Amino acid sequence: MSRPLLLRGGRVVDPSRAIDQTADVLVQDGRIAAVGLNLAGPEGAEVREVHGLVVGPGLVDVHVHLREPGNEDEETVATGARAAAAGGFTAVCAMPNTDPVTDNQAAVGFIVRQSMRAGFARVHPIGAVSVGQKGERLAEFGEMVGAGAVAVSDDGRPVASGHLMRTALEYARTFDIPVADHCEEPTLAAGGAMHEGLVATRLGLKGIPAAAEEIMVARDLLLAELTGGHVHLCHMSTRGSVDLIRRARDRGVRVTAEVTPHHLALTDHACEGYDTHAKMNPPLREAADVAALRAGLKDGTLDCVATDHAPHAYDEKETAFDDAPFGIIGLETAFGVCHTELVQGGVLAIPELLLRMSTGPARAFHLPGGTLAQGAPADIAVFDVTTPWTVEAGRLWSKSRNTPFAGRRLIGRAVLTVVAGRVVHEAAEPRGR
Amino acid sequence: MTLTLGKDLVGLEGLSPEQIRLILDTAEPFKEVSERPIKKVPALRGKTIVNLFFEASTRTRISFEFAEKRLSADTVNVAASGSSVSKGETLVDTARNLEAMRIDMVVIRHGASGAAQFLGDRIRSNVINAGDGKHEHPTQALLDLLTIRDRHGRIAGLKVCLVGDVLHSRVARSNIWGLLKLGAHVGVCGPRTLLPRGIEDLGVTVFGRVEEAIEWADVLNVLRLQLERMERGFIPSLREYYRVFGVSLERLERAPRDLTIMHPGPMNRGVEIDSRVADGPHSVILDQVTNGVAVRMAVLYLLAGGRPELADAAKKGAADG
Repeated sequence: MSRPLLLRGGRVVDPSRAIDQTADVLVQDGRIAAVGLNLAGPEGAEVREVHGLVVGPGLVDVHVHLREPGNEDEETVATGARAAAAGGFTAVCAMPNTDPVTDNQAAVGFIVRQSMRAGFARVHPIGAVSVGQKGERLAEFGEMVGAGAVAVSDDGRPVASGHLMRTALEYARTFDIPVADHCEEPTLAAGGAMHEGLVATRLGLKGIPAAAEEIMVARDLLLAELTGGHVHLCHMSTRGSVDLIRRARDRGVRVTAEVTPHHLALTDHACEGYDTHAKMNPPLREAADVAALRAGLKDGTLDCVATDHAPHAYDEKETAFDDAPFGIIGLETAFGVCHTELVQGGVLAIPELLLRMSTGPARAFHLPGGTLAQGAPADIAVFDVTTPWTVEAGRLWSKSRNTPFAGRRLIGRAVLTVVAGRVVHEAAEPRGR
Repeated sequence: MTLTLGKDLVGLEGLSPEQIRLILDTAEPFKEVSERPIKKVPALRGKTIVNLFFEASTRTRISFEFAEKRLSADTVNVAASGSSVSKGETLVDTARNLEAMRIDMVVIRHGASGAAQFLGDRIRSNVINAGDGKHEHPTQALLDLLTIRDRHGRIAGLKVCLVGDVLHSRVARSNIWGLLKLGAHVGVCGPRTLLPRGIEDLGVTVFGRVEEAIEWADVLNVLRLQLERMERGFIPSLREYYRVFGVSLERLERAPRDLTIMHPGPMNRGVEIDSRVADGPHSVILDQVTNGVAVRMAVLYLLAGGRPELADAAKKGAADG
């Protein structure tokens, strides 16, 4: 067991208990031992002065792609968990669209083992909804949950069949896990490369209309209402989706929803010049969508920020826009982008941001963490929210560099990440691989 | 400062009205070269040009090749079917290999929007877009502009309507930019399934019925309807398309004025255009083809660093020598 750790004099922000005050945090035996003023460290405790820094529960990301097994050249559980720790994340949920698909207990157990071996951020596996993510037969939710899965999803593609989505929501109730859906009506989105709108018209690229997402959001909300199941809507991108979710919440539908930092920060104009680092699915939308997503995050219609961290080898993006794969990495830029755009942009206060990046996602997926309550696992992140830094894609811990934020000057960065009482990342250490 | 085109010609969206006029004006002296018994001037002697066609093309490729040869350039044609592209080589590797052979210019046709810019951003050679996906086909629009100017003596103030599959048409996009920049009024007409979202925001008028477009326009530029559009479900049948949107003689006879009829080719007679219209007195379809060579000579000449005022001199020098 690691030495006790005392974080002294920081601004302690714990959205789970509405705490925002200068205090010390004492960690012992991997758990939060105390939060308070002038705490005395026990004999042999490691003391860290964190004056001027924000001490919060570690960030939680319910949506990442770690590419292992199958595409270890792009990312592995270990490199993804390392990148997560560098970004202030203490827990991430790995999507099952691996090769082979994570659709059974053995595959789920493999992710858990790789995560424990790596020892950085916790990696919680998400199992597939359907065998092979083929959209036909339910995967064995019960056994996957037994092996460590925290949710099910066919992300990467939608659950196209209404019947399958219905049965998934019903069956998942036994295990009290969310069914996370990538909302996309496949025939409307087919062949699309970016948001359908004026920019796509000018660039001569096939668009994906907002309705392709909203039709599935509406369907999933109706099915959640029908079944009483918990639907989690991945990477919401349109103002129409926010509106549908808000109205469903008012009716008491069991829905949680996420939004990515890039959908909160960028519009389809980022695709100008055919920048393939602005190609993701769902696509970057319009300014009015960004405004609605920000409002939805603030009022809680959207529970959480999730990165949809999607590593791709550098040469896969070095091609024509139509031929490039969807997706960008996000773990190491998420806090900086959100803090810069939302906190410095006057949309959220820091406690609200940590609510959406830590407490909210932990609650949505029933995960440990997201709190500094006494006795909780000591998953903590310490943030510098004043010093600007510049994103250098070549110096990220992720194996991939596909980020549209390269060269961006951001304010807000994790300087210390602690998982189960153990320091897994310190900004001061030499970076690079 | 002398007006130039920059390194590449990717599209008309990025050009100023002055740059477009420069190309059209430079094309004028080159028209005459093609009328001579010896159709050659030495303007690009010693320059090497690769015509890199990832999509099948007859007329555009031949037009470029004639333009290059009449300027005395050395040319190589690469068709995708006979190249390493079919062996899985990526566009970026193709670009690097061309660069390594120290070529001066690349004319590229590619099925992906943005391919010409992609290439231009990565190699030092001049890149000319001969059509990229649904994005732009700038030399086609330039030859259309030249043809309209020849016929009407001006472009500003004219009403030009693009009829047909605007959604999938790079010709339409380049024409819209070029016409708007030179002060024309631009209309588009077609079934709503074949008009792109947000097209009105570009500053064009949308006509739902071809009769309205014909009543409004001075010039109709009739776009080719790809036969696969029917298979993909954008229109129910070619027969109905012709009945509702076809540019027929009967419809034109009811027009308040004589319309100039254009078509970028290749035509589907009896689908988007009536043969009697295509072959009729108001058709300038073959003039477009003739002007294509001159416009492409102008673009090649200007991108190679030729000074516009020397285009005449280059021509005269050739005639003397």
